[in-house]
Amino acid sequence: MTKALISVTGLDTTGIIARVATRLSEMNINILDISQTILGGYFTMMMVVDLDGAHMDFSEIDAALQPVRDELQMSIHMQRMDIFDAMHRI
Amino acid sequence: MINTGEILQTLRMIQEEHFDIRTITLGINLLDCADPDAERCGQRVYEKICRMAGRLVQTGEAIERELAIPIVNKRISVTPVSMIAQADPRPIARWLDKAAKEMGVNFLGGYSALMQKGATQADERLLASIPEVLAETERLCSSVNVGSTRAGLNMNAVGEMGRIIRQTAEATADRDGLGCAKLVVFCNAVEDNPFMAGAFCGPGEPECAINVGVSGPGVVKKALEEVRGQPFDVVAETVKRTAFKITRVGQLVAREASQRLGIPFGIVDLSLAPTPARGDSVAYILEEMGLEKTGAPGTTAALALLNDAVKKGGVMASNHVGGLSGAFIPVSEDIGMIEAAAAGALTLEKLEAMTCVCSVGLDMIAVPGDTSAETISGIIADEAAIGMVNNKTTAVRIIPAIGKKAGDTVEFGGLLGFAPVMPVNSYDCSAFIRRGGRIPAPLHSLRN
Repeated sequence: MTKALISVTGLDTTGIIARVATRLSEMNINILDISQTILGGYFTMMMVVDLDGAHMDFSEIDAALQPVRDELQMSIHMQRMDIFDAMHRI
Repeated sequence: MINTGEILQTLRMIQEEHFDIRTITLGINLLDCADPDAERCGQRVYEKICRMAGRLVQTGEAIERELAIPIVNKRISVTPVSMIAQADPRPIARWLDKAAKEMGVNFLGGYSALMQKGATQADERLLASIPEVLAETERLCSSVNVGSTRAGLNMNAVGEMGRIIRQTAEATADRDGLGCAKLVVFCNAVEDNPFMAGAFCGPGEPECAINVGVSGPGVVKKALEEVRGQPFDVVAETVKRTAFKITRVGQLVAREASQRLGIPFGIVDLSLAPTPARGDSVAYILEEMGLEKTGAPGTTAALALLNDAVKKGGVMASNHVGGLSGAFIPVSEDIGMIEAAAAGALTLEKLEAMTCVCSVGLDMIAVPGDTSAETISGIIADEAAIGMVNNKTTAVRIIPAIGKKAGDTVEFGGLLGFAPVMPVNSYDCSAFIRRGGRIPAPLHSLRN
């Protein structure tokens, strides 16, 4: 399983989770875990997703998130979970 | 599942504390490129490098994107050129530089000679060509091994390198002696070092290998801020834990690069490599331990602890550790070292003492332009003797700042940084250097 962390940050507005989740669902990317909070008006969400269903490579998936970034005016950052596993798990 | 706190810690290390992978270095064996015709040899070298390293930079960039960790440098190290140059080595140097540019790597190391016991004709030709080659090429790095614990010190080579360094400084005087920043003199050089300027692919290495150097002085400094005032046991433990985390990421990057390029993984170099950026300094770690300025009494002990704890933490995080592995103390590449040297807290003599307990040696040190070749050789001899007797790698990368005196500044730009010109002991050692010959290998029992 290729797991990735998607972090979404920016000014809070309606429908952020819905918009991001919809785009992921269109690519057949399964969401494994979500945590979300509002810090001083700033929306902060971290999602752990499974990229294997997408049959696209990493850079294509990242590019496919660009319209969502533009539309929501939020920073959406994707990186593979391996770096966290390597650092924090033996 | 990884928790939010752990995720945020990793992100903070990368975004705020300058954690990065310093280099992915591809080692390439060139022994099969040897040819009596220098041009033909150079061409074969060029073709082989382009064949092996064609996807190096693009693969490094892809890993960088996916793991969201900067991989600052992608580099190439090759077989010491004196081992393949059967005639004039200069055409090979030009082809190597061209290959480095074509492949998009910022440095290519291996314009080197291993002459700890003596010189071959090829070694002599290569040495003589170094000043011209380093002035004319852009990305080629050179290193010369002048001693080892097993062979002793080749004092003829030590004497010669003093002259070569001066000539290199003169040939690149218009660029503050930049050529000397690309030239390292070693004792006990290692064959799998991924760091420049001293990287080469030793004769005991496989056909090709991926070697990775990690970094992260800023991360260690930040971790130590959390344990301010606590005893050294806690300091050592904190450095170990941090080094473990850093090295695990280095191992991950090395494995990924190795898989994607289909090239065997060599080693991870457990290093704390500073950059001139504020917050990426090894000197600041020492100062965090309680020193007003690096160079103050206690500095050597602080560095000994740091160096050892980095290794202890890192060694479990990687299945093959090698290279230089230790804290680097290059003066011009570390803002804390620059400040300490400029303030007069850090002297050449203190730096020499510090190199007894860390990797690698007197690194990126600017000395007055009127420093004689013999004095430079004397400095090299002292440093090499430390390496020889203590069974460790030591090196000298020294820049005579032509036309400048102590207190002036030299500027190299980028990762090479800038450095205050440091005063040198002015008493003469030329009669010592003129003796030549070899200092015998040291005894390995009766150690005290």
